[in-house]
Amino acid sequence: MTDPAALSAVRFRGVSRHFGATRAVDGVDLDIAPGAFFAMLGPSGSGKTTCLRLIAGFEQPDAGSIEIFGAPMTGVPPYRRSVNTVFQDYALFPHMTVGANVAYGPMVRGVPRAEREARARELLALVALSGFEDRRPAQLSGGQRQRVALARALINEPKVLLLDEPLGALDLKLREQMQVELKSLQRRLGITFVFVTHDQSEALSMADRIAVFNEGRIVQVGAPDEVYERPQTRFVADFVGGSNVVEPDAAERLGLPRGLYSLRPEKIRLGEIGFAGTVETTLYQGAQRRVVVAVGSDRLAVVAPAERGPLPVGSAVRLFVPPGAAHRMEG
Amino acid sequence: MAALPIDGRDGALRRLSDRLVARPRLLVALFLAPPLLWLGVVYLGSLVALLAQSFFSIDEFSGLIVREWTLKTYGELFRPANLDIIGRTVTMAALVTLVGAVIAFPIAYYAARYARGRTKALFYLAVMLPLWSSYLVRVYAWKLILAREGILAWATERTGTTPLLDAWLALPVVGGPSLSISYTGTFLVFLYLWLPFMILPIQAALERVPGSLLEASADLGARPGQTLRKVILPLALPGVVAGSIFTFALTLGDYITPQIVGSSTLYIGQAVYTLQGTAGNIPLAAAFSVVPIAIMVGYLAVAKRMGAFDAL
Ligand SMILES: Nc1ncnc2c1ncn2[C@@H]1O[C@H](COP(=O)(O)OP(=O)(O)O)[C@@H](O)[C@H]1O
Ligand SMILES: [Mg+2]
Repeated sequence: MTDPAALSAVRFRGVSRHFGATRAVDGVDLDIAPGAFFAMLGPSGSGKTTCLRLIAGFEQPDAGSIEIFGAPMTGVPPYRRSVNTVFQDYALFPHMTVGANVAYGPMVRGVPRAEREARARELLALVALSGFEDRRPAQLSGGQRQRVALARALINEPKVLLLDEPLGALDLKLREQMQVELKSLQRRLGITFVFVTHDQSEALSMADRIAVFNEGRIVQVGAPDEVYERPQTRFVADFVGGSNVVEPDAAERLGLPRGLYSLRPEKIRLGEIGFAGTVETTLYQGAQRRVVVAVGSDRLAVVAPAERGPLPVGSAVRLFVPPGAAHRMEG
Repeated sequence: MAALPIDGRDGALRRLSDRLVARPRLLVALFLAPPLLWLGVVYLGSLVALLAQSFFSIDEFSGLIVREWTLKTYGELFRPANLDIIGRTVTMAALVTLVGAVIAFPIAYYAARYARGRTKALFYLAVMLPLWSSYLVRVYAWKLILAREGILAWATERTGTTPLLDAWLALPVVGGPSLSISYTGTFLVFLYLWLPFMILPIQAALERVPGSLLEASADLGARPGQTLRKVILPLALPGVVAGSIFTFALTLGDYITPQIVGSSTLYIGQAVYTLQGTAGNIPLAAAFSVVPIAIMVGYLAVAKRMGAFDAL
């Protein structure tokens, strides 16, 4: 457990932000530890961006309070918060060169030209874009723009860096590369990163803590393995990695005590023993096959290694649920 | 019923559209030909004819046009009386443009950033509505507003600010017997007439600035004034330049407003009008009309040098 006296990088207490009838953020309590790589994970429209904007100061809460490193943020405008943002659309200034974009923060703070230009060169080197100072944002690829946005947000040495789906617009290969780079950058700089994503695998692989959002509320906070292995609610089980949600009746049929369970597809074994079922659908995913098996009136998703061979629709299989594979949930 | 691989309908129109779809360049050429012909032949042609006229001169005794190439007519532009006209017109156009931009910017900014739905519709209505009524009606309306017995004088009387108005009218250049017979009056009417042409391009330019750029600026530590100077103004500049081209050129070319409201001094437009009409001095009229063109070309060159079009 976190020590309640320890200073949080970001602390929300009962924070709400409503737009008319839309409860974008609804009574959120949140503690982000200094130096954490914190992911906000949730489906589109669940209030992640609004939370980030509340931290940055672009939105003011309708209720509740926000503290950044202990300082109350009520009425503090964005330009007086030691927080910087990497925007979803990068928001690079089109009329400035890459160098001027990165040097913008020091420039508006009155840092002399030579000093801020040297600093901008350092930051561009940090994101492996040395020599790009004189280009225009329009002349860069998506991945390069993303790095410029990162360098620009880091130049003020913020205490908290906010990233709103920063990898969303990149193709898969580049995205995976940037995931690794962001993670190592965060380790080197030791800055608190708050990272918004709707991609559960991205959150699981990058973050050291994840808050799962649904309809403006945080439904579970925990380490990635905690959220993945021990979801507390039906929503988390389904959203974080498509787990089987086993209803109380079905649980009894599977020989479990009556209750709601999450059962990860990869924990179920296809073999010679166990419940008899028939293959309903099969989805080839390269290294593995995701198969939906009908057991009586129940449906269970199962992951089978690809080398097990094809599993034609309608073929008879047996499912074995190892003891302890199912995780009991609250509701 | 057998499904045909190709839609079986046929006809001349259909064959034509098939051909056009296969040749997009032909289609574009067909669309552009009429306007290009109009622009090229009728508009540019008459412009060239006009320019050619300005290199002729007029015989002072017979009043006939001498069709020989000469720069003599342009030399006449530099006579003090003519320089006066040019200077007055350019100063007026510059002031109208400058003040117009200053007034238009906040209005355009509000419309682009804050107005939504009904307020936006109201904004467009308010800006465009004056353009639906006759230009002459509006200018005469202003003459009545600014006249000595007009509503403005009445309002100053009621608010006890008549001394202020009188003090202004007593000023050397901008004053006069009444606002409707002064440079101030001409200026106010021009400002009113051309303001929509300044507001709309600025608003369009601001509309294209994503809100995230302003947030990024604030996020990086810029106070609102800094964001205005470093991000908003540079990105709105193409709109300001477009608007100022309108207001500048419209003021340079107008010959009616200063006749109705003003101190009965000549502007370029009036000079052209009288020279080609009653005076019959087509070459000098042509030379005069080259002045606004030259000024606009120079203005655009300077604007481009200053980077006004970099964000396009
Ligand atoms: N400025 C706004 N005006 C009205 N509704 C908004 C505004 N910003 C967000 N919302 C609404 O709040 C909800 C949460 O939005 P958001 O925080 O962007 O979600 P996410 O980032 O998780 O996709 C959505 O229903 C969205 O439509
Ligand atoms: Mg979002």
